[in-house]
Amino acid sequence: MGINYLYPDFEVVRNFDRCITCRVCERQCANEVHSFDELRQRMKADESKCVNCHRCVSLCPTNALKIVKTDHTFKENANWKGEVIQDIYRQAQSGGVLLASMGTPKSYPVYWDKMLVNASQVTNPSIDPLREPMETRTYLGQKSTKIVRDGEGRIMTKTSPQLKLDIPIMFSAMSYGSISYNAHKSLALAAQKLGILYNTGEGGLHEDFYKYGKNTIVQVASGRFGVHPGYLNAGAAIEIKMGQGAKPGIGGHLPGSKIGEDISKTRMIPLHSDAISPAPHHDIYSIEDLRQLVFALKEATAYTKPVIVKVAAVHNISAIASGIARSGADIIAIDGFRGGTGAAPARTRDNVGIPIELALASVDERLRQEGIRNNVSLVVGGSIRSSSDVLKAIALGADAVYIATSALIALGCHLCRTCHSGKCNWGIATQNPELVKRLNPEIGSDHLVNLITAWNHELKEMMGGMGINSIEALRGNRLMLRGIGLNETELGILGIAHAGQ
Amino acid sequence: MEGYHQRCPLEGEVRIPSGCAISGIISRSGKRFCGREAITSIAVMHDRSNGLGGGYAGYGIYPEYADFYALHIFYYSNEAKRGCEEFLEEHFDLINLSKIPTEKHPAITDQPLIWRYFVTPLPTKLAFSQLDEKEYTARCVIKVNRDIEGAYVFSSGKNMGVFKAVGFPEDVGEFYRLDDYEGYSWTVHGRYPTNTPGWWGGAHPFSLLDYTIVHNGEISSYDANRRFIEMYGYACTLKTDTEVITYMIDYLNRRKGLTLKEVANVIAAPFWSTIEAMDDDEKQVYTYLRNTFASMLITGPFSIILGFNGGLMALNDRLKLRSLVAAEKDDRVYLASEEAAIRIIEPNPDRLWYPRGGKPVIITLDSLEGGKDGHQLPVSGL
Repeated sequence: MGINYLYPDFEVVRNFDRCITCRVCERQCANEVHSFDELRQRMKADESKCVNCHRCVSLCPTNALKIVKTDHTFKENANWKGEVIQDIYRQAQSGGVLLASMGTPKSYPVYWDKMLVNASQVTNPSIDPLREPMETRTYLGQKSTKIVRDGEGRIMTKTSPQLKLDIPIMFSAMSYGSISYNAHKSLALAAQKLGILYNTGEGGLHEDFYKYGKNTIVQVASGRFGVHPGYLNAGAAIEIKMGQGAKPGIGGHLPGSKIGEDISKTRMIPLHSDAISPAPHHDIYSIEDLRQLVFALKEATAYTKPVIVKVAAVHNISAIASGIARSGADIIAIDGFRGGTGAAPARTRDNVGIPIELALASVDERLRQEGIRNNVSLVVGGSIRSSSDVLKAIALGADAVYIATSALIALGCHLCRTCHSGKCNWGIATQNPELVKRLNPEIGSDHLVNLITAWNHELKEMMGGMGINSIEALRGNRLMLRGIGLNETELGILGIAHAGQ
Repeated sequence: MEGYHQRCPLEGEVRIPSGCAISGIISRSGKRFCGREAITSIAVMHDRSNGLGGGYAGYGIYPEYADFYALHIFYYSNEAKRGCEEFLEEHFDLINLSKIPTEKHPAITDQPLIWRYFVTPLPTKLAFSQLDEKEYTARCVIKVNRDIEGAYVFSSGKNMGVFKAVGFPEDVGEFYRLDDYEGYSWTVHGRYPTNTPGWWGGAHPFSLLDYTIVHNGEISSYDANRRFIEMYGYACTLKTDTEVITYMIDYLNRRKGLTLKEVANVIAAPFWSTIEAMDDDEKQVYTYLRNTFASMLITGPFSIILGFNGGLMALNDRLKLRSLVAAEKDDRVYLASEEAAIRIIEPNPDRLWYPRGGKPVIITLDSLEGGKDGHQLPVSGL
């Protein structure tokens, strides 16, 4: 290997007046940044290994550590920025695809931040959620408006299977393999406590977690890992994963190094073999094939479970969604391109797909134009960061949202974006038992419950402010939104007026 | 309409919230009485309107033409009238047509041409459309209102009629000479819009076929309701709450065959906590209705009186954020925003009560007991 052209991105700044040489940083860092310098009798750092995950910073008992961005720089160039140059060095050395994790860090527009919410003044009263009922319960599933009565005129109330959510927020798919056993357990426990659902992702369902079935969505992806009749019937709903916002059009790869005994068993693949999810489902090359899989899964579960079809937000998303809505699917999940991932090619993640706000707005509108919006529920994900994002998504037309990155942050993730290394110091995106045990599922689930409860309070406050006391009256209620700093085309797609109009 | 109110956008071009006064009277025995009582009742609530809209709906007023749809139409130009009449002749047999009699009133100005047509669908056209008579007529009305500029059908039921204008409601009653009409039920509305376009079409009652709505409130669910109902062929051209509520009731009652009580349980659905406390059969039906028609739940304050052939229904929002009083005397039932508006015409009612939020008060003619016209389908267990 020749000269390494890469200067470390971060500098580990240690205040030696404060450092007591307890070496906790050394023990905690799976990347082996910190070590004890015997000669000088003090700690030192190999910054080239630092990913800026803050594990050492958080655990340092004397606040002796901080991580700062290096001010080392290339000669300024608006076109050839430092990161561009570094990527070329990396690829010139490795000959490989650049890997990345979590959602894109690029500065694309975040439309959530360009929409403002309405409130009541004078002409109708706002409602105080602490004093009046404020409802966030949501049912997901097909809603046929055909009324059937029995001989005595009573309405027949049997419907397609529905998912009942006390709060319109679910944890979206993260496989056991991409995240740890304890992370999965935290999500399952929290979903149960909150009356919502979590999603197995494509890695099958660990046998310990079957008991959370009522709060579980089981996923069927292109690799079909861990799919068997017991699995399909274990959850409350089945999700067919056609695509993921962070990497539309491509599959997945969990390296053999992560396929330990438990994961091998859960995924039903040999120990230490690579788990490769093909880019397409090889039994779905067209929309009519999707319909067959939807009904195959319904047959396998005796029509008792709603089927979700998850797709990445791509350019033609409204036509695709319209096709899915007629495929027998009960719920469409759309994943926007700012959505997260455990590993994806950086170029795909940063350049393929469209923002969820625009995808949602155009899908909801298209389904209404075709008169089929009630045939299907819409769940959206791909960077929902706060309760106001949730509220805006529902006002644009979503029935519920999927969150994942926010949930991981609640579990301690610091968004260092190196999940693909498998060395997550927070015990989330790793299979190393020493690291996994750092995440306590009881505490983790408490944090998730706190987060969602807090968001629900905020959601109710904002709904009450608008004079809305039930979530269904917010759904698709675009009059409650105004754009700020958006052009005509953007406003047109979002179906909202500009602030002041 | 060119040149009419140039400074402000018209109703339908902007959304205008409004406060209001409403009142309704019905004789259960079907005894007909003139519009004077409705005028007297609404005049008491003068301060709840601001002179920017008033109107009436009378039922049973055209017995001699009971089998024909009575179309009341505003025209803002002769051209619009020609276009609209051409359309009507293509689709209907016109049995009778005339100007609606009015009397000049100093407070009622800028009046459009106001015409009345008694019509019945052309049998061949109707058969070709594969629709029933009501759906056919409703679609024609929606088409005129959406597509013919300067023409606006503001009443389209059988043996009933809407009379409305910009002005205080008591003046509007005099303007339309309501002393000359006799009906078994009347509803009336005084409007207090928070914006001032004052277009005649924007006054209440809003109607489609024989459904009329007078409404007091501002619903916060408006756009959710609108975007849902527009999936089913309705065009909300006025952007008013009343319009969308009328369409939802038409959809649920006429097209889906829900009883009025079931309709109330959709648009003012009980809270989930109330539903949870019901017995299993009831719980299933209420859950079904609320879930299936979730996007038709109305939130925010409202009190409405729905008029239809054969009765009235009054309904408040779930929290009862708008006043609504009901009273009974002999065969009469009175509904109004304020008690005073009832006592002025009936000082000694046998019973007077404040209907609970979300609980409909449904009054039908005694002769209709057991069901007619799809309004009172068999009891559904509700």
